[in-house]
Amino acid sequence: MEKKLYSINAIYHTPNDIIRAAKAVRDAGYTKFDVHTPYPVHGLDGAMGLKETKLGFVTLAAGILGAVGMISFASWVAVVDYPQVIGGKPYWSWPAFVPVTYEIAVLLAVLGTVGAMIAFFFKFPNTSHPLHDTPYMKKVSSDKFGVTIQAEDPQFDEKKVRDLLKTTGGEVEEVHYTEEFLTFKPNTFEPKFLLLLAGIALATSAGGYLYFNKVLYLPPFDWMVEQPRFDVQSTTDLFDDGLTMRLPVEGTIARGFMPYPYTLGAKADSVGKLLVNPVVKTAASLDLGKRKYLTYCSPCHGNFGSGDSRMNGQFPNPPTLHSDKVRTWPDGAIFHTITVGQNVMPGYQYQLSREERWAVVNYIRTLQRAYNAKESDLQ
Amino acid sequence: MSALDNVIIPKKELPANVVRLGWILTLAGLALAVLSYMTDANRAAFNNVIGFTFLASIAVGAVFFIALEYIAGAVWTTPFRRVLEFLGMLLIPTLLMAIPLFFKLHDVYHWTHADAVATDKILQAKAPYLNEMSFMTRFVIFMVLWLAFYFIFRQNSLKQDGNKDQKLTKKNIALAAAFIPVLAISISLFSIDWLMSLEPHWFSTMFGVYYFTGTILTALAVTTYFVVSLSQKGYFFKGINENHYYSFGALMFGLLSFWAYIAFSQFMLIWYANLPEENFWYIERWQHGWEYVSIAITLIHFWIPYFMLVSRPSKMNPANLKRMAALLVFAHFLDLYWLVMPTYNNAPVFGYHELAFPVLCIGLIIVFFALQAKRFNLVPVGDPKLQRGIDFHL
Ligand code: HEC
Repeated sequence: MEKKLYSINAIYHTPNDIIRAAKAVRDAGYTKFDVHTPYPVHGLDGAMGLKETKLGFVTLAAGILGAVGMISFASWVAVVDYPQVIGGKPYWSWPAFVPVTYEIAVLLAVLGTVGAMIAFFFKFPNTSHPLHDTPYMKKVSSDKFGVTIQAEDPQFDEKKVRDLLKTTGGEVEEVHYTEEFLTFKPNTFEPKFLLLLAGIALATSAGGYLYFNKVLYLPPFDWMVEQPRFDVQSTTDLFDDGLTMRLPVEGTIARGFMPYPYTLGAKADSVGKLLVNPVVKTAASLDLGKRKYLTYCSPCHGNFGSGDSRMNGQFPNPPTLHSDKVRTWPDGAIFHTITVGQNVMPGYQYQLSREERWAVVNYIRTLQRAYNAKESDLQ
Repeated sequence: MSALDNVIIPKKELPANVVRLGWILTLAGLALAVLSYMTDANRAAFNNVIGFTFLASIAVGAVFFIALEYIAGAVWTTPFRRVLEFLGMLLIPTLLMAIPLFFKLHDVYHWTHADAVATDKILQAKAPYLNEMSFMTRFVIFMVLWLAFYFIFRQNSLKQDGNKDQKLTKKNIALAAAFIPVLAISISLFSIDWLMSLEPHWFSTMFGVYYFTGTILTALAVTTYFVVSLSQKGYFFKGINENHYYSFGALMFGLLSFWAYIAFSQFMLIWYANLPEENFWYIERWQHGWEYVSIAITLIHFWIPYFMLVSRPSKMNPANLKRMAALLVFAHFLDLYWLVMPTYNNAPVFGYHELAFPVLCIGLIIVFFALQAKRFNLVPVGDPKLQRGIDFHL
């Protein structure tokens, strides 16, 4: 295979030498040359006469894109797609978006910079370079400093270049390459490579699985996992029936607890006739009812009970509470519905105490009255 | 050393007109302050707090940077360290400026009123910390610590000019290691005592950092201003280059971003949680005209200098650096005005009362600098890192 001269290089031992050499090469008028050092050497860019890189503009553009993109996205989510009142603040509470906007701006700026560097400067996917795998590269990536002047430089003349590099005190050497080396493309689908990939995938997932599911719970890391108590819904040999959960002693109820005699099967209107509303409509009790209503009922039935919540249009539709049906229902029927639920609406006897449920009933009555105000109410 | 002798410029006395300006400002500021105390002593006292904490910022910030240079082994600041060493001397006028305040504590600090504390559960709970005795004790301790560290740093550095003894650098490094934690605690408590306690019901765990950031940023800005304008007039050494300028610009840029980060974090946490015990402090600063001051601070303390310093060439441009340094010094003053004055009045006020202390402070900075520049070298000629600092390359 025909070998071509790629460049003539020189090796130096100190950072000062390399700065001097870079200056000399640049002053001699060469344009196609490069410098390699094992670590960043301050002042080299100046000595080589490098112009300021344009990469900063990519960083800026990517950063702005990230900032604008993120603030728009956050605004869209918070205002258009899923408006939620959080902490009593307006939908568009921009200070809350600042941290995430800042982070995305930095993230995109970094990714953009690295991406642009790989795409434009490293000319990806080109992976070959004549200097790769040369003794020169080995030296300058461990403890030496090197200059290379490329043969394609318009001023290139072997003898002159050698002389110049010698006068700067470097050890001169040459690098040759073959066309083949440059156009070499590694075969991505080589079976060995694929097998390696598969092996890595298997090993990482198996390792991850074992670590997170087994190792993490091995002694002594199981301090909190194993506790000397009975978990609910598990078995034990302490009791005859082998269950950890116990039923209350027959014929007893908990202190302060009023059992509710009707079940889901009972009809609301017939039960309603049997129950009497014990709660007087005071301002305090209506206020309690309002707060409980807004917490537990408004997400489905709407803030004023007219069925206009975000759930409107879902199946099944949470109905309005201003229907003739509910308005003519006895208080007890609403109480029964809240207590045991109705079809997909869950019961609330565990979240709301008896008094609170009646307070909610009274509050609903107030809402109904407000929606269907009589002439006399206005006077 | 002969190589050094060629580059270092022996010139050190400030131009006569600058010194004159310094004296004029000092005397004018002093006269205004006295007048202000005579006509409206309360208002004067609040302004005094601003002036006092402002001067403390520069003095303590300068000592911090001296310590930072030693502990970080920085070389690029070495040729300019004298500027910091001169600025640290402002601890003396800082101390003096606190004296009138001790006679006015009752008018400025609500928690000093025994009858107010007696009916106030919150103040009672804070009383073990917030009482006049421990307030003054802390002040004395902080001042003694700061002055002691400052004078030892300075003494070692000045001694080195003569005997070029490298051991002195080692000593200062050890001293710096001791000083940094001392400073972290003292400056936080100092800001809590003098600034946060103006609103004794309010609290923010970020307040100490907030004041500290402003402090070091201001000290850096004043230093930058001196370095740039003096080296433009041919002081320090031959061959101050864009690498030096860039470092000042980059550090200023970094610190002002840090300030914005802290300021915003403090605001956002309080705004988001929206608890009445914290949020009133910001609400006070968002009504009756204070909102304009608040916005102005975000602009001149962050947005404007941020964009004016973001690019690389702008950090190397001496004229730009000077402008931004001046702007940031003003920004810190405005920041302190914004921290202090809402307690005095629910709307911003501006008059000769407010002018007295900034004028006095600027005058003092110039005068103290000039007086020392006359007596001591402007460059620490005996420092072993000096040559590297002069040759500094990014
Ligand atoms: C998860 C959403 C949801 C919540 C929360 C909810 N409901 Fe309902 N509610 C419904 C749905 C759906 C129905 C209709 C059920 C059906 O198909 O009969 C309903 C029915 C009712 C009815 C009967 C109306 C009628 O026309 O049959 C009443 C009364 C009622 N709810 C009151 C309440 C009260 C009071 C609360 C708060 C304690 C509440 N609901 C909470 C979804 C909800």
